[in-house]
Amino acid sequence: MKPKHPTVICINTDWCKGCGICAAFCPKQVLVMNQRDKAEVVAAENCIACKQCEQRCPDLAIQVIKSPAKEEKEAS
Amino acid sequence: MTAKTTKFVQGNEACVEGALYAGLDFFAGYPITPSTEIMELLARRLPANGGKFIQMEDEIASMCAVIGASLTGRKVLTATSGPGFSLKQEALGFAVMAEIPCVIVNVQRGGPSTGNPTHVAQGDVNQARWGTHGDHAIVALTASNHQDVFAMTVEAFNIAETYRTPVILLLDEVVGHMRERLTVPEAGAIPLVERLRTSVRKGVDYHPYLPRDDGRLPMSDFGGVHRYNVTGLFHDMWGFPSDNPGVVHGLIRHLMDKIENNAHRLAHYKTYHLQDAETVLISYGSAARSALHVTENLRARGERIGLMELQTLWPFPAEQVARECGHAKQVVVVEMNTGHMCQMVRAALGPPARVFLANRMDGVLITPTDIKAHLRLIAGRGV
Amino acid sequence: MSVQDYIRERFFPHIWCPGCGHGTVLNNLVRAVETLGLDKNEIVMVSGIGCSSRIAGYLDFHTLHTLHGRALAFATGVKLSRPELNVIVPMGDGDALAIGGNHFIHAARRNINITAIVMNNRIYGMTGGQFSPLSGEATTATTAPFGTIDPDFDTVALATAAGASYVARTTTYHVQEIRKRIAEAIVHPGFAVVEVMSQCPTYFGRKNKQGDAVEMLRRYKEGTVPLDKQPADPEKIPRGVFVQRERPEYCKRYEHLVQAAMTDGAALT
Repeated sequence: MKPKHPTVICINTDWCKGCGICAAFCPKQVLVMNQRDKAEVVAAENCIACKQCEQRCPDLAIQVIKSPAKEEKEAS
Repeated sequence: MTAKTTKFVQGNEACVEGALYAGLDFFAGYPITPSTEIMELLARRLPANGGKFIQMEDEIASMCAVIGASLTGRKVLTATSGPGFSLKQEALGFAVMAEIPCVIVNVQRGGPSTGNPTHVAQGDVNQARWGTHGDHAIVALTASNHQDVFAMTVEAFNIAETYRTPVILLLDEVVGHMRERLTVPEAGAIPLVERLRTSVRKGVDYHPYLPRDDGRLPMSDFGGVHRYNVTGLFHDMWGFPSDNPGVVHGLIRHLMDKIENNAHRLAHYKTYHLQDAETVLISYGSAARSALHVTENLRARGERIGLMELQTLWPFPAEQVARECGHAKQVVVVEMNTGHMCQMVRAALGPPARVFLANRMDGVLITPTDIKAHLRLIAGRGV
Repeated sequence: MSVQDYIRERFFPHIWCPGCGHGTVLNNLVRAVETLGLDKNEIVMVSGIGCSSRIAGYLDFHTLHTLHGRALAFATGVKLSRPELNVIVPMGDGDALAIGGNHFIHAARRNINITAIVMNNRIYGMTGGQFSPLSGEATTATTAPFGTIDPDFDTVALATAAGASYVARTTTYHVQEIRKRIAEAIVHPGFAVVEVMSQCPTYFGRKNKQGDAVEMLRRYKEGTVPLDKQPADPEKIPRGVFVQRERPEYCKRYEHLVQAAMTDGAALT
C-alpha cells in the first residue's frame, strides 16, 4: 500500500549541474537525469527517504521532505 | 593612573613601551636580528598584562596571525628585520586590501638577502613603499631617538586604527640597539585612537566595506553579531569577491585616497634652524642624529644650515619638503642607502633644485665627519 | 534549522564544476554544524586559496578568505585571540600540505583547538590541473605529462606525527562519515584533522582516466575500507578515526601561562 502522504523530493534545477551522483546511487531508482542534464524524480512512490541523494548532492540542489507518517515513525 | 617613569633603555624597548602604551594586546613574531629584543620583552610583558603573545613558525605566519587577531578586535604588532620583512610582504598586502589595522616594525639591517645582520642600514625604505605587489598606499614612520621611537610607535597604532591600514615602523639597528633615556608619559598624556566600531544593530544589513564620507570604515569584530566576509580579492561593500571593473577601480581609489588625501595629517617631521638656512639637510632615523650634530656644529660657526628630520617617510611629505626647503640654495639628503628619499626629494623640489645625496651604506653609522666631507665636496672644496 | 539557514544563498549555484566533491563537503559540513546546534556567530571559518577555499564565502559564518597556504596561520591568530570561538579551516591538498605544510605541522604541534579539513582531490584545480604533494607517483597532470615522479604525503600519518590529537579520514562517497567526523573534530578539544578524499572529475579524473564523478565515487566506495577491516584488505585505503587522544591544548596552556605571569612580580618590570 502506498503511503497517504508520500515523501516529497524537491530539486532545485537552477542549482543542479547534472553530475548524476544522485541518480547513480539512489537505492530505489527514484531519480534519473533528464534530457536537460538535470535530476528528475521519476518514481517518488519508491522513495525510502534515505536522503543519500540530498547528502551527496555537491550542488545542494536536492531536498527530501519526509512524509509525516515516516517522521512520526522515526521519532517514536 | 600610571605615573610618568624614566628609564634607560634600548630603542627596541622604547618601541615596546610605546606599543603597550598604545594598547597593544596581541603580538606574533619570529626571532630575527636586530629586532628580537622587541619580542623578547613582549614575551614577558604581554602575558603579565593579560595580552596575547605567540612565537610563530615563521615570519609569514607571524604576519598572518596578527591580521587574524586584529579582526577579532585587538591592537596588534609584529616585529622583524630585512629578510623577515621580505617574507611578510604578501600578508602585508592582504592587510592593505582587506583594510586590517596592524603595526609592523622593521628594525633595518644591511641587505639584500641575509646581508649585514648586526649592522645598520636604511635600505628598506622603498621596500616599505612598494614591497607588496600591486597598486596601493602605505604609511611608514621612523624615528631617530628613543623618545621619538616611543611617540611614533603610539602614532603608528593611532594611524592604523584610524585608517584601517597596516603601518610600518622603520627603525634601524643603531636606534634599536642604542641605549638612552626614555620618559614614558603618564597614561592619558598622549591621546589614543580606538578603532571605529559599527553602530549598526544586530539583524540590520552591515556593510563592512562601505566607507563613510570621511573614508573611514566602522568595523565589527569577528565573533560579534555581524557575519561578513574578508578576502584578499577585490570585493564589494559586503566583502564578497568581485571583478566588476567599477568595483575594482573604486576599491583601488579608496585604498589610495584614504592615505594620500590625508597625507598632510600623516606628515610628521621636525625642523632645526630652517628659517634662514641656505643649506638644508634632510635626514631620518639614526642618520638624522649625525645630521643634527652637523647642523648644530656648523650653526655655531655661523653657517646658515638647517635640518628637516622626516618622521613620516610614506606617504612622502612632498608638500612639506617643498615648503620647508623652497628657499634653500642646496638640499642634502643624508641617509644610509643609495638614495631612496633623495629621489623623492628631487621629485618634490623639481628643477632647478640642487639636491645632493650624502650617504654611507657599509654597515657603519654615517658620522658627522662623513656628512661634513660630503658638504665640502658639494661646495667644491675637496675632501 | 535547515541547510539553507547556514549558507549565503545568493551566491548559488556555486563556482565548482559539475560533480566536484567539494560541494559534498560543504553540504555535510553544514550538517555537522547543524547537528551540534552551534550558533553561527560563534563560528569563524578561515580558508586559503584554491577551489576548496571558496567554501568559506558560501557559508553564513564569520569568514576569512586569506592567502594560499596561510589559512592556519591566520586561524591561529583568531583562535588565540578569542579561544571561545569555533575556528574551522577548510583547505585543499596543495593549500594545506605544499605551500601551507609548515603551518600545518606547527598547528598540529601546538595542538591548538582548530578544526582542519583537508579536501584532498590530489590536484590543483583552480590553476587547471597540476600535481600536488598528495597526487602520488605516476599520476598524470599538466605539470606531469609523463607521470609524476613525486611520492605523496600520507595526510593521516603526517598529522599524527606532527601532534594532531584527532585525525580522521573519509571520502565524499561516505557522506554520513563526513558529517560525523567533522562534528567530532569540532567538538574535540585540540587540533583536529579530517581528510576528506574529494573527487575532481574535471582535472584529476579526466587526466587519469578515472571516469566521471559517479565513477570516481565508486572508486572511493570500492577502494576504501573502514579502519578495523583493513587488515583483511591491506590494498585498500583505510577510513575512520586514526587518532583521538588527550594532549594539552595551546590556548588553555596560554591561560595558565598568563596566570603564572600575572602572579610573578618580576614579569611586570
